[in-house]
Amino acid sequence: MEVLSNMAGNVWKITVKPGDQVTEGQDVVILESMKMEIPISAEVSGIVDEITVNEGDFVNDGDVVIKLK
Amino acid sequence: MEETKGTTVETKGIDQTVYEKIQEIKTSTNRPYYAKMKDIGKMFVRDRIKYLVDEDSFEVEDGLFARCKEEDFLPGDAVVTLVAKINGKPVAIIANDMTIKAGTWGKKTIEKIIRMQELAEKRKIPLIYMIDSAGSRLNEQFETFTDRRHAGKIFYNTARMSGVIPQIALVFGPSPAGSAYLPALCDFVVMVNKNASVYLGSPRMAAMATGEKVSMEEMGGARMHNQVSGLGDMLVETETEALDAAKKYLGYFPQNWMKTPELIDSKPPIGGKKIEELVPENQRIPMNMYPFIENIVDENSFFEFKKLYAKEMITGFCRIGGRSVGIVANQSKVKGGVIFPESAEKAAHFISLCDAYNIPLLFLVDLPGFMVGSKVEKEAIIRRGARMLSTVANATVPRIALIVRKAYGAGYVVMSGASMQPDACIALPQAQPAIMGPEAAVNAMYYNKIQSIEDPAERQKFIQEQREKYNDDINVWSPASEFYIDDVVPGDRLRKDLIQRFELYSQNRDILEGKAHKKTLVRRG
Repeated sequence: MEVLSNMAGNVWKITVKPGDQVTEGQDVVILESMKMEIPISAEVSGIVDEITVNEGDFVNDGDVVIKLK
Repeated sequence: MEETKGTTVETKGIDQTVYEKIQEIKTSTNRPYYAKMKDIGKMFVRDRIKYLVDEDSFEVEDGLFARCKEEDFLPGDAVVTLVAKINGKPVAIIANDMTIKAGTWGKKTIEKIIRMQELAEKRKIPLIYMIDSAGSRLNEQFETFTDRRHAGKIFYNTARMSGVIPQIALVFGPSPAGSAYLPALCDFVVMVNKNASVYLGSPRMAAMATGEKVSMEEMGGARMHNQVSGLGDMLVETETEALDAAKKYLGYFPQNWMKTPELIDSKPPIGGKKIEELVPENQRIPMNMYPFIENIVDENSFFEFKKLYAKEMITGFCRIGGRSVGIVANQSKVKGGVIFPESAEKAAHFISLCDAYNIPLLFLVDLPGFMVGSKVEKEAIIRRGARMLSTVANATVPRIALIVRKAYGAGYVVMSGASMQPDACIALPQAQPAIMGPEAAVNAMYYNKIQSIEDPAERQKFIQEQREKYNDDINVWSPASEFYIDDVVPGDRLRKDLIQRFELYSQNRDILEGKAHKKTLVRRG
């Protein structure tokens, strides 16, 4: 299961680390875009397997930010 | 009919033969497909109608006997067309009967649909389509396709009646190929999850034409249309939910474009947190707009429109002080509340709908502007954003813009800001209208100067000073003092203020309409 960015922006904060249990709807990454904080949340529950971005990275709409298992 | 059981043919009166014929046409028994329908939660066409209409309603039905002769017997030619009362008012209903020839459009189906459309237009009453049909009846194509009164006339009528009478599509089953245009031309489309499917070419046809392998659900399922294509305006799980939704929806509407919605008794809002507590002062932090809406509307009156599509823009009907009002609101919890091509189109659809049927509009503004980037430019953000702007500018219903927090750039303009000539542009004390936010503005105005300061601490100090100076300008008291905005309203006085203003701006509207009345097309794309 992958968590995707829903808009273009910079990764401002990553709020989880590998191994964390996340629940559906929980914010996992916060982007900064259009001068706003844009929380990206997990659509399903799972355990964080891999974080595919670093703070400060540019991500586009549809890019994978976190992989869940 | 029961009382005549056992009578012999010889003693049967002529009226009795009519009742027997009616019974044969209206029954769901001996319809093989009906058992299959029940298993997937589908109701018989006449049960749907019975559930929807008032208990003591009259029913005027034409074409009941279409194709009733023995050699050509197809009950009602697979469609029920009648007028009955909903919420005490007459509404026309056109409902496919899936148990007859899979609800296909045959030669009399089409004539019946057209006749009911003509009646609805003439009487100026709303029209509900209950869609559950496999499309055209191919073995009757010669009698249904080419003539002036053949299938295309149905779409012609639906398109021409847009903005004249409310038209609702309840999609209970398939609506394939040409008939897919029918919901697309209606104002409000409700789809039943898993059962509704709308597509131009079936998965089988796509496989033949292009080789694409795709499931029915992916191709034209209810969820896809509600979340992705925007053809669906509401997703429900059961048929009764769809019927309840149609009834509730009509409650916000007048019977036609020349009337205004009924004023009902006012109910206090649901309560909860104070507005002051709901609106974060830090403009960067997202704010949930839903509790804010609940705080100003009559209890349980908010009826969301296109809930699953472009969630950064909330649209829905409500009652404020008993008055029917359409709300267009930015949801900064989703994508920062930024306007995307889809959100602009969603808003334009909703605004045209309210404008067509004399429903006043309330804009709740909290956005950093339109999205930027090559992706949205390719998706025609300018063209689709301009359509929203044009719809707002041409709307003639009472219009109030409330600046809740930030309102930057063209976002402020299209959200019916003061320059769009609303009846009122008012602000909460937390409001910040500006061409852009302080970060972007300072960077744009002093780019060269900032670059020329070598010491990082000095540079930061300069930026900070300029931002604070800029913030002074966009603080709500500057536009209030210049009378750019009409009023600054404390949160705890907001609802009362809105009730009074909507009452005021509704005065003599009908007289003005006499002079400047214009029909508004309801456009979903």
